[in-house]
Amino acid sequence: MRTFRMGGIHPPECKLGAGKPISVMPLPKQGCVLLSQHIGAPAQPVVERGAMVKTGQLLAKAGGFVSANIHSPFTGKVAKIADVVDASGYPKPAIFIDVQDDEWEEGIDLTETLVRECKLEPKEIVQKIADAGIVGMGGACFPTQVKLTPPPGKVADILIINGVECEPYLTADHRLMVEKAQEIVVGIRLLMKALNVKKAVIGIESNKPDAIEILSHQTIPYPEIEVMPLQMHYPQGGEKQLIDAVTRRQVKSGGLPVDVGAVVQNVGTVYAVYEAVQKNKPLIERVVSVTGKSLKQPVNVKARIGTPISSLIDAAGGLPENGAKVISGGPMMGKALANIDAPVAKGTSGVLIIDEAEALRRPVSDCIRCAKCVDACPMGLEPYLLSALSERQLWDRTEKENIMDCIECGCCTFTCPANRPLLDYIRIGKGKTGALIRARKAK
Amino acid sequence: MTMDKKLIVSMSPHIHGDDSIHKNMYRVILALVPAFLCSIWFFGWHALVTTAIAIVSCMGFEYLITRYIFKRPSTLKDCSAMLTGLLLAFNVPADLPWWIVVIGSIFAIGVVKMSFGGLGNNIFNPALAGRVFLLVSFPQQMTTWPALAHSADAVTGATPLALIKAGNFAELPSHLEMFLGNVPGSMGEVAALALLIGVIYLLCTKTITWHIPVSILATVFIFSGILYLCDSTVYADPLTHLLSGGLMLGACFMATDYVTSPMSHKGQLIYGAGIGILTVLIRCYGSYPEGMSFAILIMNAVTPLINVYCKPKRFGEVKK
Repeated sequence: MRTFRMGGIHPPECKLGAGKPISVMPLPKQGCVLLSQHIGAPAQPVVERGAMVKTGQLLAKAGGFVSANIHSPFTGKVAKIADVVDASGYPKPAIFIDVQDDEWEEGIDLTETLVRECKLEPKEIVQKIADAGIVGMGGACFPTQVKLTPPPGKVADILIINGVECEPYLTADHRLMVEKAQEIVVGIRLLMKALNVKKAVIGIESNKPDAIEILSHQTIPYPEIEVMPLQMHYPQGGEKQLIDAVTRRQVKSGGLPVDVGAVVQNVGTVYAVYEAVQKNKPLIERVVSVTGKSLKQPVNVKARIGTPISSLIDAAGGLPENGAKVISGGPMMGKALANIDAPVAKGTSGVLIIDEAEALRRPVSDCIRCAKCVDACPMGLEPYLLSALSERQLWDRTEKENIMDCIECGCCTFTCPANRPLLDYIRIGKGKTGALIRARKAK
Repeated sequence: MTMDKKLIVSMSPHIHGDDSIHKNMYRVILALVPAFLCSIWFFGWHALVTTAIAIVSCMGFEYLITRYIFKRPSTLKDCSAMLTGLLLAFNVPADLPWWIVVIGSIFAIGVVKMSFGGLGNNIFNPALAGRVFLLVSFPQQMTTWPALAHSADAVTGATPLALIKAGNFAELPSHLEMFLGNVPGSMGEVAALALLIGVIYLLCTKTITWHIPVSILATVFIFSGILYLCDSTVYADPLTHLLSGGLMLGACFMATDYVTSPMSHKGQLIYGAGIGILTVLIRCYGSYPEGMSFAILIMNAVTPLINVYCKPKRFGEVKK
């Protein structure tokens, strides 16, 4: 079985919710829809306070080329447009909606009927995806229509579907692949048409045999789509790592996947594409794993964007007594929440509760130069060095040592026997070095 | 939901691999156990006493220094002082007078390790530097080897390398005897087989990677092999080189010390090759019969430079 060829780790899987079918979350009393749920410019609101909105109605328009539309996940009245502390820990503008009902916009197909046929031109497919406000749902939240529009001169020859879900605990993509395999296959065919590629590969880690089997079965009529089981290896879901694992091509430092002819889309995104193109349904809900060792019942829920995370935790039996940290996302790359009433966003793949015993950092000692971080780094960097250089604020050297290539996967900190907060320092270094590079380019 | 509870907020990753410094040190100590048992078998209770003195004095000096000079919490629980003591004992004759062992411990811990800031900050391998310090300070005691407990020939005290230096190839023990360790020498260095078992354990538990031991052993084999092919009356055969003196102990346990070896695999290969070449050069052309300790210490000094010039292969640097 294949995997990427450099670094990586094997954290414990802890896929507690792997066997739990997706259930539907009830609507909250008040929803809170963030205006910036994607990389790029925040969306610009097109509704005002007091306006009545229907489910699926446009709330905010993309604020630039790299941006995304945002639609209302609820039917009700716009209570206010105000700041809310989101998963980043910073206050961000959001539209608050008092939920009254669930009346959908006209033209949205809410039936479960599978629609295979699509007569749209590639450009029309991309337009529909842009209209629906779809972003990368693996967590990076990069607007999908931008990925489907390669820069001039660059041509994609392979579409890679990311069903890896290498983060421990998370099971949302796994459940989606098992329960919505047919829809995902239609979605893949739509994306292949939009990109005009002749080949697609679905990469799935070997700990999801049921997903591999179902998708292999569903793709029998389409020889151009291959299901590729991959070795379990974190961070295989990283875009560059997955391309390396599937195609043996490596994207150069600072390059784009399309430089090596690849476009990567997450399975959640593919499902959203199916719904947008075939069912006219904008991206207003997603599957979220609610999980953690002390939770009464880890679940996978389909939640409307804007639902408070606290109500998802309640659906899983409530915040346990010894739950000390609530994370939006997985344990390796997720963000610890200061405010558990923060809303579900398009990129919220999971809500993870970490127990007291695991939540506290361990005591730090001096680096013993064991080089385990160097071996673990999937980008071939030297985390011990980058961290030390950042600590000493030597920004010219951090740049020379390729600090901007860091994907913040956390393998170095996870591996460090001295418990050093390597990635914390590297993040500071990336921020400073990136700012200096941008300032120099602006000159 | 009420939020009366304060949540912990920190940056990712939120889980840790559960590896720790003391676990790594434990694994190295465990890997040294077979060789330790062999040395007790070959040298009797002397080996046990010398080891105990070395470990207790190394740990004692580290404790006193952290407590009264650094005024910091004790670092004994990382087990590195224990390992230094064990390795120091492995590198001296089993019946070395106890006060010389204590002096070696002061030098290893006080001068080589703690004066640089303790574990992680030292430039040279403490146990090896301690051994070399003793070798130049007490040359007589450090090169007088005890008779073997289970040897038919209980008189001889010359190590294989000393025999080679003297040109006395006829009296060299057989390869098998050297492999099993039934030859005079420093306490822990004689049993090549037991050391190999230990290093295999370290490789299997991913405590170390193969790069340093393999590059040292390969370089010594190739280089001494070339010399042997040139003139087999002057130079020993490569297998004798591999099995004699501190080579196996040095290649497997001393050169692989985390703190003083390079960070990248490329660097580790260069470091290992450097040790191999220097060892053979010192053994064949130097005034000492044994060159492993000096070779490792010289390459320890070069390690920071190797780290500057040998970078790991970056992702995407080489296509396909």
